[in-house]
Amino acid sequence: MELLQRFLKGEKPAIARVITKIENGTDPKLLEDIFPHTGNAYYIGITGPPGAGKSSLVNAMVPKLLENNKKVGIIAVDPTSPFSGGALLGDRIRMNDLALNENVFIRSMATRGSLGGLASKTKDVALVLDAAGFDYVLIETVGVGQVELDIAQVCDTTVVTLVPESGDAIQAMKAGILEVADILVVNKGDRTGADRLIMEMKFAFELRVHNSDWHYPILKTTAIENIGIDELVSTIKSHKEYLEKSGKLETERKNKLVIRVNELIEEKIKTHLHEYVIDQKQLKKMIDKAYERKITPHYIIDEIAKKIF
Amino acid sequence: MEKKIRILIGKPGLDGHDRGAKVIAAALRDAGFEVIYTGLHQLSESIVEAAIQEDVDIVGLSILSGAHMTIFPKILKLLKQKNAEHIIVIGGGIIPEEDIKKLIQMGVKRIFTPGAPTNEIVDYINSIIH
Amino acid sequence: MSKDNWKEKFSKLKERDINFSNLSKIKINPLYTPDDNKDLDYDKDLNYPGEYPYTRGVQSTMYRGRLWTMRQFSGFGTPKDTNNRYKYLLKHGQTGLSVAFDFPTLYGKDSDDPFAQGEVGKCGVAIDTLRDMEILFDGIPLEKISTSMTINPPAAMLLAMYIVVGEKQGVPKEVLTGTIQNDMLKEYQAQKTWIYPPEPSMRIITDILEYCTENVPKWNTISISGYHIREAGSTALQELAFTLANGYTYVDYGIKAGLPVDTFAPRLSFFFNSHLDFFVEIAKYRAARRIWAKLMKDKYHAQNPKSYLVRFHTQTAGCSLTAQQPENNIIRTAFQGLAAVLGGTQSLHTNSMDETYALPTEKAVKIALRTQQLIAYETGAANTIDPLGGSYYVEALTDKLEKLTFEYFDKIETLGGVVPAIEKGFFQREISRSAYEYQKALEKKEKYHVGVNIFEEKENVEIDLLKIPEEVELDQKKSLKKVKEERNNSKVKKTLIKLREAAENGENLMPRILDCVREYATLGEMCGTLKEVFGIYKEPIIF
Repeated sequence: MELLQRFLKGEKPAIARVITKIENGTDPKLLEDIFPHTGNAYYIGITGPPGAGKSSLVNAMVPKLLENNKKVGIIAVDPTSPFSGGALLGDRIRMNDLALNENVFIRSMATRGSLGGLASKTKDVALVLDAAGFDYVLIETVGVGQVELDIAQVCDTTVVTLVPESGDAIQAMKAGILEVADILVVNKGDRTGADRLIMEMKFAFELRVHNSDWHYPILKTTAIENIGIDELVSTIKSHKEYLEKSGKLETERKNKLVIRVNELIEEKIKTHLHEYVIDQKQLKKMIDKAYERKITPHYIIDEIAKKIF
Repeated sequence: MEKKIRILIGKPGLDGHDRGAKVIAAALRDAGFEVIYTGLHQLSESIVEAAIQEDVDIVGLSILSGAHMTIFPKILKLLKQKNAEHIIVIGGGIIPEEDIKKLIQMGVKRIFTPGAPTNEIVDYINSIIH
Repeated sequence: MSKDNWKEKFSKLKERDINFSNLSKIKINPLYTPDDNKDLDYDKDLNYPGEYPYTRGVQSTMYRGRLWTMRQFSGFGTPKDTNNRYKYLLKHGQTGLSVAFDFPTLYGKDSDDPFAQGEVGKCGVAIDTLRDMEILFDGIPLEKISTSMTINPPAAMLLAMYIVVGEKQGVPKEVLTGTIQNDMLKEYQAQKTWIYPPEPSMRIITDILEYCTENVPKWNTISISGYHIREAGSTALQELAFTLANGYTYVDYGIKAGLPVDTFAPRLSFFFNSHLDFFVEIAKYRAARRIWAKLMKDKYHAQNPKSYLVRFHTQTAGCSLTAQQPENNIIRTAFQGLAAVLGGTQSLHTNSMDETYALPTEKAVKIALRTQQLIAYETGAANTIDPLGGSYYVEALTDKLEKLTFEYFDKIETLGGVVPAIEKGFFQREISRSAYEYQKALEKKEKYHVGVNIFEEKENVEIDLLKIPEEVELDQKKSLKKVKEERNNSKVKKTLIKLREAAENGENLMPRILDCVREYATLGEMCGTLKEVFGIYKEPIIF
């Protein structure tokens, strides 16, 4: 198969086309073909609230990751508009310095938002870049919800990026996003409030540090001026080393595979339910009835369950 | 998952008039397309590389600086060199009729001039992709 | 008949089915009466022309003394081509020059830079070194003419070249009159021609302020420009508010650099757009004068009344021109020019009918100039000062715009001021949204644009267009090469090193730039040197 051969040779147009096919789900066989070639890349997740400078951080980090002739594949995920289904993907603007580097591949993805959509497709696209021979796969997402926690489940190292102005957003996220952080970055570290934020985060991390061999570092960067980037990259590398030496890389990857399989099972069942089992019109009618307090939501579930069990 | 039309909107060259490009980008998003916006001051090489990696169906270039007779041919040439001739090139900007004819002959699929309504552009894209 | 009576009658009749609000989303009443001007105090809010708060005009004589300067923005091809166009315009009664530079020049790049490919001489004239500037003003006596230069990041270099051309003509810099745009804030917000990040850009601007205050005292050092904000899609209100906010930000920086406000504020000038909505434009100019006077007096405690003045240039709205039925653009431009005159502009550029296709032909630009001359010599609009002063509608609009402008100021201040608001993308987002809303309003036919969404015709547009031959780029590259061969390259290097040191140690850049210019250093060399010290600006992602 010509596309696959060109893909395995690392031709960029072929990589791009394979991603499209995987993303659109038009060629299920393709994933089977490439899967044996995966497992070699190191996955790094970069997440954080909008405006945290994630793309700038990636733009600054990547040249360091490219040292020693390494190759870096980047997936930049932006939300799909819930109203139109369209998306404006602008992260490349920030990554212009990398655009013409032959060892770099950048792909923008929209969340698209059908069932299990974003996380699942992004994970598959990450596999594509892995199979294409990139040493590092960077996944950049806007972190405000479940989806990003999900992405962390495929990444070996997850970097959470905050800025001093994040303010309330941090409060909201503390519970979720920080749980998945292996490294925390306070970007735009030259702005007022950066040091205070670092103090707060140290406090938030205390318990985790206590219970782990990994020290959950908190770093200060100013990505657009290239400040703190060396340290960030070397910290990522030492996290990698830590995972490898402690044997955690193996166990965590296996763990992640378990999670992934379970997720796919759920997805499959959900899709099957909605496409083949549940009569959507009838469901809508029942929901209306439930709204009028004539039946309970549990009754609806029982009705659906009758069709399966 | 359904296939989405993907379009790259690029601002090659030095002109900073991005009003049109941004309005079009927003309108295309609202029409349900996935729009990759490259930002200002792009080299033709970067635009072509982005179009390939993003596997877009269409590249739309906005040029208001008068450099259209240099930039469009260059983009077409680069796409050809990289075996990406399947990517359709359209454009918009301050471009005289006479030049439009020449550009179409060279392989630019369509040029929109100032005042073109966004829904005309949306309809056009739907008509050539589907 | 009482007002209630009229209201009752009016409410029974059917209105035309359109959206009666202007482009600033201000609702327009069917009628304005003295009720709408109840709080208006003539002495306090209007006063006489040339008197605080200058609502009615900045001079006591206005056009009864002297007409506005008719200043057509122009430049294309090589310096020689543009020099010929200038001589043509001066011959036909133009009274000031306004230089349009090509994109590489605007961006501080030489004609042989890879980025310049295809752009040399296209959108304006190409200037690489002092040699080009000498040719551009050949045979034009600088002591007799005022020259406006639309140039921003490399403003210091072009001003330096102009000063040196003056020296060579025997005209001392103290008598030179003219303007450099030198308004970087609106570049980050709207026009997007930038090189360095905001802070070093502001430092260059304050260096220019300081240098000119002492050495080129009649020069307008910053032309604080709303024009490009409007062209990028803002409303009239946003144009007004953002321009004045930029204005007071320059004042803040000047003061921070240790300059007393009255030494430099009188040399600040403004540049506004004149768009389709006739009365709003007029009210905008009147409001601008009043707001600025109040700011300068109350906030900055300026003593010199010249610091209070909004002296401004106006250009008709390029973005309002249509490719369809291009002859209509002549009429559109005439209305817009008239609004600028009724609003008390100090100088005016009227657009040419063919500018949605290319740079204007000689014929088109002559019609545009004649349009101004018609307003000046036939309509009688210049015969009395502020003829719309006291109009219930115009006064109410002026008040409304003023009020809403101060609300914008508050919003900007809560973001930390103009520069932090730029970094947060505030202006960029406001402008893009307005542009998109306007486009949607056109498509939903809530707003009309003749020939575009109403009275459309199937047509084959046939008009003559100016063509810039491809040889221009080659010629320009050739002459640049020649200059580089003929100049003393080791001296050039030395002056560039001095420039670099000045950039690093904070000394005023202007004297160093003048030294570079005298040695025929190129624009790209000078800007490149500063780029090494100051870094380059990266665009935030904003829709």
